[in-house]
Amino acid sequence: MTELDRIRNFSIVAHIDHGKSTLADRLIQLTGTVAERDMKAQMLDAMDIERERGITIKANSVRIEYPAKDGNTYILNLIDTPGHVDFAYEVSRSMRAVEGSLLVVDASQGVEAQTLANVYQAIDADHEIVPVLNKIDLPAAEPDRVKEQIEDVIGIDAQDAIPISAKSGMGIPDVLEAIVHRLPAPKGDRDAPLKAMLVDSWYDAYLGVVVLIRVMDGVIRKNDTIRMVKTKATYKLDKLAVLKPQMVDIGELGPGEIGVFTASIKQVRDTRVGDTITHERQQCAAALPGFKPAQPVVFCGLFPVDSAEFDALRDAIEKLALNDASFSYEMETSAALGFGFRCGFLGLLHLEVVRDRLEREYDIDLITTAPSVVYHLHMRDGETRELHNPADMPDLTLVDHIEEPRIKATIMVPDEYLGEVLKLCQDRRGLQLDLTYAGSRAMVVYDLPLNEVVFDFYDRLKSVTKGYASFDYQITGYREDYLVKMQVLVNDEPVDALSLMVHRDRAEMRGRAMCEKLKELIPRHMFKIPIQAAIGGRVIARETIAALRKDVTAKCYGGDVTRKKKLLEKQKAGKKKMRQFGKVEIPQQAFINALKMDG
Amino acid sequence: MEDRRHDWRNGGFGLYIHWPFCAAKCPYCDFNSHVVSQIDESRWLRAYLSEIDRLGAETQGRILNTVFFGGGTPSLMSPDLVDAILTRVRATWPMANDPEITLEANPTSVEAGRFRGYRDAGVNRLSMGAQALNDEDLRRLGRLHSVAEARAAFDIARTAFSRVSFDLIYARQHQTLDQWRRELTEALSMAVDHLSLYQLTIEDGTAFGARAATGGLLGLPQDDLSADMYAVTQELTEAAGMPGYEISNHAAPGSESRHNLVYWRYGDYAGIGPGAHGRLTLNGRRLATDTPRAPGAWLSQVEETGNGEAPRHEIALEEQADEYLMMCIRLAEGLDMDRYASLSGKSLSSDAITGLEQIGMVRRDGSRLIATAEGRMVLNAVIRELMGA
Repeated sequence: MTELDRIRNFSIVAHIDHGKSTLADRLIQLTGTVAERDMKAQMLDAMDIERERGITIKANSVRIEYPAKDGNTYILNLIDTPGHVDFAYEVSRSMRAVEGSLLVVDASQGVEAQTLANVYQAIDADHEIVPVLNKIDLPAAEPDRVKEQIEDVIGIDAQDAIPISAKSGMGIPDVLEAIVHRLPAPKGDRDAPLKAMLVDSWYDAYLGVVVLIRVMDGVIRKNDTIRMVKTKATYKLDKLAVLKPQMVDIGELGPGEIGVFTASIKQVRDTRVGDTITHERQQCAAALPGFKPAQPVVFCGLFPVDSAEFDALRDAIEKLALNDASFSYEMETSAALGFGFRCGFLGLLHLEVVRDRLEREYDIDLITTAPSVVYHLHMRDGETRELHNPADMPDLTLVDHIEEPRIKATIMVPDEYLGEVLKLCQDRRGLQLDLTYAGSRAMVVYDLPLNEVVFDFYDRLKSVTKGYASFDYQITGYREDYLVKMQVLVNDEPVDALSLMVHRDRAEMRGRAMCEKLKELIPRHMFKIPIQAAIGGRVIARETIAALRKDVTAKCYGGDVTRKKKLLEKQKAGKKKMRQFGKVEIPQQAFINALKMDG
Repeated sequence: MEDRRHDWRNGGFGLYIHWPFCAAKCPYCDFNSHVVSQIDESRWLRAYLSEIDRLGAETQGRILNTVFFGGGTPSLMSPDLVDAILTRVRATWPMANDPEITLEANPTSVEAGRFRGYRDAGVNRLSMGAQALNDEDLRRLGRLHSVAEARAAFDIARTAFSRVSFDLIYARQHQTLDQWRRELTEALSMAVDHLSLYQLTIEDGTAFGARAATGGLLGLPQDDLSADMYAVTQELTEAAGMPGYEISNHAAPGSESRHNLVYWRYGDYAGIGPGAHGRLTLNGRRLATDTPRAPGAWLSQVEETGNGEAPRHEIALEEQADEYLMMCIRLAEGLDMDRYASLSGKSLSSDAITGLEQIGMVRRDGSRLIATAEGRMVLNAVIRELMGA
């Protein structure tokens, strides 16, 4: 065990690409925590998707031993948190497990929306915050302006911000000294009953579920029998270790320390992030505050392109769910797409990550249907229902009113793109809450319906601002609005996988856009195909795909048979990417691309 | 029902001989053709004769219905070479009573000078690559002849051969419907008995293909115009007594290309020369044959091993049924559904046929399934539907 005043626990708050993972790598490297030959970039991001996208999805931790200039050796525990809004709850839990944060800001870019959301979480957790200006060696770096911006926008003193270049290693020793001298040591009572926070958990093929904890009070030892306060489950510990970042066994962890244990826990869903861990025999008096289970907010259907792969998809989804308690699924049947799953996610990034992993790690081609939010249906009979799938919308005469989730969106954008951003937000039924400036950047705060954001809002935002805007949001609550279910009929038959909830005032526009898109996406057939958008029985938009007029091979002689047969084989393979619907073949991409709006 | 082992007899037996050389490569052509400065005809003759002997031994006693010299440009062959080949052919197979022996020719004045020699060698049908009847388009298509030259060559051909066909390419760059109507009317007035009318197809691996890929090939007709051009083509040829008997081929009744009918009726054909394909039913197995495409490679393989073919492979019965379907549905006479079922072991999907009938793409006539005029324009889609692709 380590004395409390020789421990410092911290996290790093940064916008994507501002250098969080590189800084973590340098801290690990400079302190010799990992041998030089074992170093790889983004040491703490274990998943391929994390490395590729430069994002952190799962919290991770590393214990660093640092001999400081004062002659003492300190234990520095870094908890690397997911930076994305989808995982905001996990971020807030991780923040509660440490006492301080490094706020890393790119000295050429300045503060971004994501940074704001995360730094406020750090402030909420009473963190001591040390600002760090990264990429100080870039010609475009403007440290003074960025310091000013940090003070203006975030409201913390930035005069002692540490200039560094994580890439070259410049300034890293100053960061290590600042962690020791500017961040507080943890507090805790070694003699009190065990009280530890469950910070995160993940599934390891060899060890089963691995649980990351921060000890608040008391001591946890190998072979202890522990109890999880919220789930009321008890387990006997198999293994107790610290992460360097690979596991190194340890006999005990005392107050202020961070480590992992395994205890023959079968699935991640048996562990709840934020839960309190205590001893079975001598329980702590009060649980840690703030526990809440993660709630999926975005739903979509996942269907195998090849219906024969349904069982493979089920296996893959079950395996993924083992490691991701925030991801929910249930079987769904669609007339258009056959058997699949309705899945719930924390947000769009979470959705994309899960879909990517299913396609890549399990090699299953998927059709993803349009993401939908959770609507609250208030029925005439007083009942309240949740609607996860527009296809399940009951008869309108039974519904009194519908509520939809709203968000508070914060967008930071260089002022030359402000007009475009405001237009986008207004077009998406937004209500402006705030508009302020920090230097040449505007900070726009909007109240928006989540259903206008889940689909392509972020793509549109990036495109209208040439990538210069940053965006973050939090769900604020539910509000009633005039929402209707819009159906799409292809060749006079409704295609359930294309139906969506839409605001009545926007229905014609969306309907027209979808019909036009589908006209581009569905190839010509031998007959003409009407495409209609309808609300109830009323058609609000219509397009027609003209019949194929000419598709014939001009020359076909003795030597061409083989060639033509190969072409047909290729077309057969291409057809696997299509779904037969009535007499019409719809390409799988159409189900999601039909919803993308150009304006 | 015909025994599957003799299915090929429904289509007859033909011999294809490929001459792989051209004076110049045309920008639209993806056939196996090569431009070289010197050709040792005696070496080529020995190779052709050796291949005729080899295939003759395998198909002994079969009556040969047709011979076709294709290319490349076979009218670059000397009449002596053609004569020596045909002499050996006649010595090898018993010939049908009225065999069709076709040679493809370019209508330049030099080549026209050899036409009588080919006739004397035994060629009785000439297929001329006229391609266009206006000089600007001929130049654009990379052709080496002028319209005047083509007409002169045609006159010579008409006196030398009782059967003359010529090819035209339409749906060319910047071509209007009216221009094509006039050009086709002119062609029909030229006392031919057979016309091959191809819509310009941009193929990968050709100069046009490369140009189209970079966006440089302008003025090609869109689907609607090329569909209209196709419809006009059917209308005019029919009115002139030369209806389309295949997607791109038109003839006065009785003047159809019998050699090409062997392909479309899925008969057997032996292929000799670089890149020549064949279909041969031997000992009850239908085999696909193929040869190296490069002239030098084929030649030295024949010389060194006595066999110009790549390893053969057997075509499974369902595959034969598919090949039969793909080829025979191209014909105005349509395909025989009983023959298909006999090969495939199962009938064509009646749902698919009914669906296609309902939208007017096919019709049934007894056991025959025939693509309608509308169906022929989108025949690839019809075939996909029938094959369940």
